[in-house]
Amino acid sequence: MATLWVGSRKGLFRFDDGPGGWQVAGPPAFLAAPVTVLLDDPRDGALYVALAHGHFGCKLHRSLDRGASWEELKPPAFAALATTDAPTVEMLWCLAAGGADEPGVIYAGTLPGALFRSADRGQTWAINQPLYDRPERARWFGAGYDHDGIHSILVDPRDSRHLVLGVSVGGVWITHDGGQTWDLGGRGFVADYIPPAQAEDLVMQDPHLMVMSPSHPDRIWCQHHCGIYVSDDGGRTFRESRDVKPSSFGFGVAVHPRDPDRAWFAPAQKDECRVPVAGKFVVTETRDGGRSFAVHDHGLPTGPAWDLIYRHAFVIDSSGERLAMGSTSGSLWVSGDGGAGWQHLSAHLPPIAALAFAP
Amino acid sequence: MATVRFTSHLVRHRPLPGAVAIGGTVAEVLAAVFAGDDLLRGYVLDDQGRVRKHVNIYLDGALIADRLRLTDPVGPQSEIYVLQALSGG
Repeated sequence: MATLWVGSRKGLFRFDDGPGGWQVAGPPAFLAAPVTVLLDDPRDGALYVALAHGHFGCKLHRSLDRGASWEELKPPAFAALATTDAPTVEMLWCLAAGGADEPGVIYAGTLPGALFRSADRGQTWAINQPLYDRPERARWFGAGYDHDGIHSILVDPRDSRHLVLGVSVGGVWITHDGGQTWDLGGRGFVADYIPPAQAEDLVMQDPHLMVMSPSHPDRIWCQHHCGIYVSDDGGRTFRESRDVKPSSFGFGVAVHPRDPDRAWFAPAQKDECRVPVAGKFVVTETRDGGRSFAVHDHGLPTGPAWDLIYRHAFVIDSSGERLAMGSTSGSLWVSGDGGAGWQHLSAHLPPIAALAFAP
Repeated sequence: MATVRFTSHLVRHRPLPGAVAIGGTVAEVLAAVFAGDDLLRGYVLDDQGRVRKHVNIYLDGALIADRLRLTDPVGPQSEIYVLQALSGG
């Protein structure tokens, strides 16, 4: 049986794929609380849910019994400083499991942008000070939110000390020594939202989401603010996929677990018009490393639809055949055939921020 | 002993502690209240100990003046209300 966790603006929902097909399973958890990101840790089955209460701040909850019960953990926090403008964590934007050889290690990316690490399954957290102290961080800036933030944390399955981060807006950051030193990646990105002379400035890039091929970790796919990019050297350099129809703008990207050339996207029109092109909601797929793209619409709305898929709401499972996507309009779709056809599970969920298949 | 009352919205998230505490300022009173539940502190104050942007604290019927350090003086019969703001929901 497959399980899909759905993190929404109004709580956490669970869907199971049983003998009768996909069905909602049980009442929602954290009803009315905004879920910002999820982690279903494949190493030990722990489930983590980050919330961003409108009044009471960001919170972190963990379940060790697959959602039957929850315990609240103290979330990552910035150190107290004397200055009146000192930062506070406003949102957990990314949660990632450490390597297979690091049981209990999880990472969190926050708004404002910082990387935190826990070595005890979220009980305690420490900020990565070398990254936070980089002078380039002063040039990071917010996109969609008031602050910059870290939304992608990729852990190399060959080497747990090799991390690749995506920062909006702040570029691609790479460490090979577990976070003691960091280098900027992202050469090849071109940003059209800054003056032309700065368009290739590595710090001013906005990678909306990055995913690492599990089978070929040097292959990284990036849905950038200004297009679809692919890297074959672990994020140091990227090449752009050009002339992608109907659009190369979007937020989410999923990569096949065993075929690094195969990736899926949920396009929207463009920056200033974040809806499907001409109201035609589709998924695009490449099977040749981004040189060509197929358009899938079977099972998707035939009439005008204005669904937008957020960056953490487009996921693939370990089989490579099952995908899911959830929209800001509260629709949820799954595919069981590699994205060629889609089943509409609900049109009535709250706005969906994050999905996660159970491993 | 100042009396502290919390919005009922918080009951959904944390068990609320006893309603009276000793302290010369709002910060001291709340620190005594939060002593048994550090997670509750994070619902009212941010990482820097400031009142969260969308939380209001009333002292004897008026919004506190110092949202950064909560130095408003508290009397022995004071009433402190910790409420969610209408913004931020």
